[in-house]
Amino acid sequence: MSASTDRRRDVVQGGGPLVIVVVVALASLLFGQSVQLQFHTALVTSAMVVGFYVFTGNSGVISFGHVSFVAVGAFAAGMLSMPAGQKAGVFPNLFGWLRDSSIGNLPSLLIAAVVGGLFALVVGAALVRLDGLAAGIATVAVLGITRNVLRNWDKIGPGAKAIPSIPQTTGLWQATWSLVLVVVIAYAYQRSPAGRRLRATREDPLAAQGSGISVYRERLIALTLSGVLCGFAGAVYVHLLGSVTTDQVYLKLTFLLLTMLVIGGTTSLLGALVGGLLVSGVNSLLFEGEKGIDLFGASVTLPTGTSEIALGVAMVIVLLARPTGITRGVEFLARR
Amino acid sequence: MIWFQYFIDAVALGALYALMALGVGLIFGVMRLVNLAHGELLTVGAYTLFATGTWPTVLRVLAMFVVVVALAVVMERVAFRPLRTASPATMLVMTFAVSALIRAIVQKRWTAQGKAINLFNDLNKGFDVGDIRIKYVTILSIVCGAALLGGVNLLLNRTELGLQMRAVATDTRIAQALGIRTGRIVTIVFVVSGLLAGVALILFAPQRAQVTPDYGLQIGLIAVIGVVIGGMDRLGPATLGGFAIGFATSMMFNILPKAQRVFLDSAVYGLVIVVLLVRPAGLFQRERQVTRA
Repeated sequence: MSASTDRRRDVVQGGGPLVIVVVVALASLLFGQSVQLQFHTALVTSAMVVGFYVFTGNSGVISFGHVSFVAVGAFAAGMLSMPAGQKAGVFPNLFGWLRDSSIGNLPSLLIAAVVGGLFALVVGAALVRLDGLAAGIATVAVLGITRNVLRNWDKIGPGAKAIPSIPQTTGLWQATWSLVLVVVIAYAYQRSPAGRRLRATREDPLAAQGSGISVYRERLIALTLSGVLCGFAGAVYVHLLGSVTTDQVYLKLTFLLLTMLVIGGTTSLLGALVGGLLVSGVNSLLFEGEKGIDLFGASVTLPTGTSEIALGVAMVIVLLARPTGITRGVEFLARR
Repeated sequence: MIWFQYFIDAVALGALYALMALGVGLIFGVMRLVNLAHGELLTVGAYTLFATGTWPTVLRVLAMFVVVVALAVVMERVAFRPLRTASPATMLVMTFAVSALIRAIVQKRWTAQGKAINLFNDLNKGFDVGDIRIKYVTILSIVCGAALLGGVNLLLNRTELGLQMRAVATDTRIAQALGIRTGRIVTIVFVVSGLLAGVALILFAPQRAQVTPDYGLQIGLIAVIGVVIGGMDRLGPATLGGFAIGFATSMMFNILPKAQRVFLDSAVYGLVIVVLLVRPAGLFQRERQVTRA
């Protein structure tokens, strides 16, 4: 393939998703404040899905534990940026260095990314040698430990309480640039030599190993990068929420991210992004519906709890009709 | 003597998880499917018991078994069967989706508030041997666990039906070519798994008398973990894995100092990770069988 078709491909397949992000971000301006907030949530959640995709999509190894990285990022950013004056009163048991300090928005995002990455590196160093079901179960165990520690170790976290008063610095601007950044990094990685080597192990592990590729090394690189992105996205998320508990970054979020990735199409960046935005959109619509919306003059109110049922049904139907997701795991305007 | 009490408690929990693991292991053995929705059979069964609270006990238990078995069969027909040729990851995600869907539905119907099940609460009573307290439910769990493991093994290894099940497990297409009605066999396997879940519920209900939408989630998940760490390829090791995780959980709960008990989950999950790293093919699997798989 010549260099110029290669470049054209990068412009289309890497640029396409960015255009989608920008269009969605701009579209949010057409709506009122509460709907705008849901757009911001959609953008941030999509950043988590893309971070998740960097490992699971490229390696083909399913993970139930990625919310661990989101959680440590969210808690690191939340605990660090909560105003120092309030910490001593609400959480007296914290380590002194954590209790008496507070940092700004950008440093907290950076630290969350580093913490997420380091955690992923440590977890990965031990676990990426596992395959298939053993890997899936091990990631569940990691998630269980993360939640258990964050919830009970009151020297570093809020315990069973929420972290309050986190500065809400994530608006449209921060939600958009952070998703753009995550998408660009994810695309750059999957087109890099390391990304291609990992995708080779996904397609045919034996042949890849036969060509001298170390499955262990490539998976570890992807998992670490994935941890960085998920930790970062978690931090952006708490700056949107303003407060966070361990329950918000546990099984429900795990199911949501997995649903988004599978509905979109596990093996493409476009799939992760589209799945994230689309499921968020449908979810918001149902959520608004539960509060009651005006539809052509008639007021429609869906019963509470509908959105979760609809999400489950949607996932079952997509899995049955298109096991490879709505994009069939193909990149923007690419032919298979 | 206190240690003997710990031991008895641990055996009781182990036996309960073993029953769940038996159901999960059976489905994996025949279908190569890890059913993350197995725990939801317990949840729906428990809500059935709640909804039929005023009926005579025999009818309540009967209704519970009918609902649980029907749910197991419907799950397989609607959600799992069409994916038989899909990748294991897709199937796994599907069982996860079904489990979440069922939880969402029961939460909508009965809210997240606990409902009293009221079934065989007398099983919590027991008798004393010296200063050891033995509950009836403990004895019943052990007896049921052993009997059902034996029974399912007999079914698989000593009957015509079991032979057909094993044939389907080994190679579905060849089994079909030989004239085995594979669809029917798979349905029967799910019927059996539903029956096992029903028995597990009868033993679980006295010990956790309030049903919430996540009633079966934890125990189902732990059963799957148990099956994987025990060794999935054979029913015996899989069931033993369930027993081991229950036994270890209960033991660690009693051994951990009171202040550290909140970290019980971390201790159990940490142990799971260690076992997976040391024996990825299964704790109770002989090395010879590992290479075969």
